[in-house]
Amino acid sequence: MRHVLSALVQNVPGVLAHVAGMFASRGYNIDSLAVGATEDPSLSRMTFVVVGDDNVLEQVRKQLEKIVTVVHVDDVSSQEFVERDLMLIKVRASAENRAQIHELCNIFRGKVVDVAPDQVIVEISGQEKKVESFIDLMRPFGIVELVRTGRIAMVRGVVRPAGEASSLRKVAGAKA
Amino acid sequence: MATIEKPRVKEELISGADILVQSLVNHGVETIFAYPGGCSMPLHQALTRFGDKLRTILPRHEQGGAFAAQGWARSTGQVGVCMATSGPGATNLVTAIADAKLDSIPLIAITGQVPTAVIGTDAFQETPIVEVCRGITKHHYLVTDVNDLARIVREAFVIATTGRPGPVLIDMPKNVQMDSCVPNYNEPLNLPGYKVESPKARPEQINQMAAAIKRARRPIIYAGGGVVTAEASESLRKLVDKTGIPITTTVMGLGIFPSTDPLSLDMLGMHGSIYANYAVDQADLLIALGVRFDDRVTGKVEEFCKHGKIIHVDIDASELNKNKPAHIPVCSDVKFALDELNKIVEAPEDISDWVEQCMRWKSDEPFKYNEQYQGILQQHAIRTLWEMTIEKDPVISVGVGQHQMWAAQFYKFLEPRRWLCSSGLGTMGFGLPAAMGAQAANPGRLCFDIDGDGSFLMNIQELATCVCEKLPVKVLLLNNQHLGMVVQWEDRFMQGNRAHTYLGPIDNPEWSGQGDGIGALNPEERYPNFVGIAKGFGCGAAYVDKKADLPAAIEEMIAHDGPYVLDVAAPYQEHVLPMIPGGKTVRDLIKE
Repeated sequence: MRHVLSALVQNVPGVLAHVAGMFASRGYNIDSLAVGATEDPSLSRMTFVVVGDDNVLEQVRKQLEKIVTVVHVDDVSSQEFVERDLMLIKVRASAENRAQIHELCNIFRGKVVDVAPDQVIVEISGQEKKVESFIDLMRPFGIVELVRTGRIAMVRGVVRPAGEASSLRKVAGAKA
Repeated sequence: MATIEKPRVKEELISGADILVQSLVNHGVETIFAYPGGCSMPLHQALTRFGDKLRTILPRHEQGGAFAAQGWARSTGQVGVCMATSGPGATNLVTAIADAKLDSIPLIAITGQVPTAVIGTDAFQETPIVEVCRGITKHHYLVTDVNDLARIVREAFVIATTGRPGPVLIDMPKNVQMDSCVPNYNEPLNLPGYKVESPKARPEQINQMAAAIKRARRPIIYAGGGVVTAEASESLRKLVDKTGIPITTTVMGLGIFPSTDPLSLDMLGMHGSIYANYAVDQADLLIALGVRFDDRVTGKVEEFCKHGKIIHVDIDASELNKNKPAHIPVCSDVKFALDELNKIVEAPEDISDWVEQCMRWKSDEPFKYNEQYQGILQQHAIRTLWEMTIEKDPVISVGVGQHQMWAAQFYKFLEPRRWLCSSGLGTMGFGLPAAMGAQAANPGRLCFDIDGDGSFLMNIQELATCVCEKLPVKVLLLNNQHLGMVVQWEDRFMQGNRAHTYLGPIDNPEWSGQGDGIGALNPEERYPNFVGIAKGFGCGAAYVDKKADLPAAIEEMIAHDGPYVLDVAAPYQEHVLPMIPGGKTVRDLIKE
């Protein structure tokens, strides 16, 4: 199972190393990790994509919450959410296939952000699947370079459920 | 001439080193175990200015200092504080910090660091100790600005002592020690992600627990270190009083319930009692209090208490459902949960058959050893010490290995914080420095280190500290010339092939397992000469190998004015029993 966790952390030195070290030492795999500032300069946001069953997720979440500089952890994927990944991709583009690339780019609502005589850079954002299909479509032209931000996510405009929802679910699960 | 100005009351600038030490004093720290070096000299200079309020004990190795701080913390419940210089001083603390993390001991470790201007340049005696310790501390700080210092020390104390306690590292670059500012010792904490308030069981959870207890036919309490930390021993005793449920404890929990009480099933787990392990196996309700289902307790975790419902109370949410799913997981301060439960709990309908069954297991298969043995068996030495000293309510600390398990089995504790044991990390060399720290915290109380010869050698230099700092620790050295626990595993699982488990010279036949087993008991062949070493340090010391001489030798040790080492010749062929091999179940229990 793929889960998206979002953690609000104190913007202090070492917090990324602390979080990453916890994942490594407890043997959890991070599929994707994105870190960035928030509207509050004292806080940063980390978005993780973690693969594992519900027990692994519960442990990851609790271990994250135990880290002193982690302020809040949200299991975004247990709710209605929006997810984005931003990619820059540099593709070989000769005069004859440049139009074709441009057309695909439009279909995917991407943007050509740089043009050189024999290559272009396309910027594209969206859900993982969309980004990956675009990569597949670019392969025949020849991918020169590719860079992705990792996924970021946000819960849609609903009221956040109470903090103990997940442990209640666990009790119910254990009883069954 | 202008008017004479009144001298303005200028707020005084204080150096970082003085702010740190003043903060320690403000937090009630009475003793610090500190070993100086280049990058911690300003701190030590400051310590001399506070000598009337704060005692500085100089250990003979930083690791000894950190374990002494743990001995202080474990025996009092207060924060233990240690200090070392940068680089090797700091790395020498690492083992004791990891040890404190696994046993949830409140410890503050302060390290000197190279000046901020040269951090990252591989300067002399520079190690990135915060990086090294990230995974083995509850939290850690590298102080880069003296203005943050007073707040950081406050935070460190809050973090070390609240919730599930643990070690906090404060790394202090030398220039920050020398920089100065006007400190605000009451600056608000900046811990938006840390809950200072302990979690508390909700009323419906208390009701669930009470209902489960009421319905239980074969209940058992499994309690551990969390009960010590929460100072919940009285509440636990009350629960047992009200319900009549038998109780077993972990090695961390020894003393939270009097071992002499009929309902005590003593310790459970790998070297726990047969009766405790049987009872847990047969139980229909396991009431787990301040424990973490460690593999040394559960063996094969799927089989552990397989037929029982599990109530699990722990202050750390991540312990719930970590190793073993609980039917009633309760994230709470265990004392709060017990006190609330005690208000409404009723005894189970009828568990007299069950209690009788437990009592039968207990009387049929008690901890035992060959009492007819001619020489001194380790178990006999410990039992003798117990008989002779329990009235005096001493603190007992241990190293790690066979002697540790035998002490857990044969020294019958009545109160918490009397038993100091490196339980989670299992650090050899813990015993002597921990006893030394306990002695510093408990002047006038008898403090024993029951040790093995392997463990004792790992921090034997602290005998110098005991002598020079007037800490009259008594060492009962159960000396079998071997790493006994490893020897036991060699005997049980590796056809007795000796692989570097004999502690004497390599040309002794015992080294390769070719010895007759008698040489190890021959005073001429024994190595090293612990009596000579102890006397060299200025301790009292004696050697004893005759059973009949043991009580008098112990008496002399206790009567001696100052630290003392009693070197007891013990055989290495003796195994700690019973034993459930790692990853196995109670059905694989070895009795002989």
